[in-house]
Amino acid sequence: MPIATPDAKTDLKALTRELRVDIIRMLETAGSGHPGGSLSVIDMLAVLYFKALSHRPSEPAWPDRDRVVLSKGHACPALYAVMAKAGYFPKSELATLRKLGSPLQGHPDRLRLPGIEVSTGSLGQGLSIALGMALAAKLDGKPYRSWCFMGDGEVQEGQVWEALMAAPKFKLDNLVAVVDYNGGQIDGQVKEVMDLEPLADKVRAFNWHTLVIDGHDLSAIEAAYAEAAKTKGRPTAIIARTVKGKGVSFMEGDIGWHGKGPSKDEADRAVKEILNG
Amino acid sequence: MGKATRQSFGEALAAIGEKNPALVVLDADLGKSTSTGAFMKKFPGRHLEFGIAEQNMIGAAAGLALCGKVPVAASFSAFLIGRLETIRVAVAYNKTNVKLAGTHAGIGIGEDGTSQMGLEDVAAMRALPNMTVLQPADDAETRQMTDWMVAHEGPVFIRLTRQNVDDVHDAAYRFELGKADTVYEPAGAKKGVKLQAAVFASGGTVGPAVAAAKDLFKRGFRVRVVNAGSLVPFDRDAVARAAADCQRIVTVEDHNVNGGLGSAVCEALAVQGLACPVSRLGLTTFGESATGPELYDKYGLSAPHIVEACLKNPG
Repeated sequence: MPIATPDAKTDLKALTRELRVDIIRMLETAGSGHPGGSLSVIDMLAVLYFKALSHRPSEPAWPDRDRVVLSKGHACPALYAVMAKAGYFPKSELATLRKLGSPLQGHPDRLRLPGIEVSTGSLGQGLSIALGMALAAKLDGKPYRSWCFMGDGEVQEGQVWEALMAAPKFKLDNLVAVVDYNGGQIDGQVKEVMDLEPLADKVRAFNWHTLVIDGHDLSAIEAAYAEAAKTKGRPTAIIARTVKGKGVSFMEGDIGWHGKGPSKDEADRAVKEILNG
Repeated sequence: MGKATRQSFGEALAAIGEKNPALVVLDADLGKSTSTGAFMKKFPGRHLEFGIAEQNMIGAAAGLALCGKVPVAASFSAFLIGRLETIRVAVAYNKTNVKLAGTHAGIGIGEDGTSQMGLEDVAAMRALPNMTVLQPADDAETRQMTDWMVAHEGPVFIRLTRQNVDDVHDAAYRFELGKADTVYEPAGAKKGVKLQAAVFASGGTVGPAVAAAKDLFKRGFRVRVVNAGSLVPFDRDAVARAAADCQRIVTVEDHNVNGGLGSAVCEALAVQGLACPVSRLGLTTFGESATGPELYDKYGLSAPHIVEACLKNPG
């Protein structure tokens, strides 16, 4: 299988447009799924896989690969789009999302899809698992890094704070936690359901190197990943301000688009807008 | 009286640590109680302390396992299953090579009382696909199960006692996954005459079951005692043999009767279409504070209760 990893000159912006279209079409075909959180995290996953990650799509079990934990497992359409583009599996498989027998489960399943590091979907668990992976790298003196992508609502889970407490204790400077802070969750706005603020201060107080960025600014994302790689002695948290449904005006900021697939007409409108955007 | 199985487990881990560099041990501030101290002392770099935060410990164990380590995460079994959903996803569903060591099984722990007693842990673990569930009866079996568990690729839950237990196995005993073993077979059984009963026990109740069978033998009643150390997978053949050879089956477990050994035996009978009266000794309530032996008496797990159950059909 050819590896489609773009080089440094790749037009990332064009790439993210293509990935957004893939997400929309995938969810349209599936008839269900989570567009809002997929579109808010896609820019960060795209920059990761095409600019920062140490990986070999043709050899998903390469022992020294970086580990990626999509703790906000419901955003897996974004991960699947990125993985297909990177060459983990043929793009045609995206159309099987959520269908009987598909490796592309409604939430990621590591035993069905090579390249998925861990099956997720129960919010709040991913950071602990990513922490364990980073700890294994340290114990073995290996160079790989561990990346965890969380939703903002997920940070309400107690287990996240257990992991936030533990990672600095183990001096896991090979661990990066990214919070996709799109401000929305199923029951409403995060700030109303259970406010996280002041989130950066809290995470900083837990002894993480903490960055706050615009999670749709591709160069800011790239710079944050580079800074995380340079940070020694403690883990890095990247709190990324994002827009739920980013790139599709009628989905942006609308909680209604947290967990439903677009109709044919809605998908066509969304794709047109993405390609013109 | 022999050692507590948690003690044998801790010693076994320290010994395995010499041979297996991938073994790491995780604790949640109960290392002194789970008996991982010997490993901690010998391999401080491979002992990972997570503080009072079991969910994170279990999740981290899954991450370590996914990167080639063999993590043993230890706590009281009551506290481990308090994080059942983490175990369900990070360990069972992901089929990670995590070993969960749940100590302080049952009312046998005594004075600390109900909140510290694992009384529903076997039921919870039996419901999880991919999970192997073990409960050793004594020192010899604990050492062998610990060896097996670390060598085995896949999730395992091992249930251990706080209290000392009788040694019921001799040096020749070899643990085999999915097999129950007869720890007491009465002499002089006559062909065509059924034994009085078969007692299925596991962990801390095996000693009392053997004591009961020996007492009954003196009184002219022949009773077999079967040690069900492998709770998942479970030895249905041993149950079928008991139904064929004995007038009744008695199960005795330091656990709720729903979902544990008693359930496993009844299920084994039902799915094989076998009929045999079963008395299930175990808890149907929470426990309380007292000495372990006092509680075994009060909650019907001690030898006199087992004797009584062997002499009559349930109901």
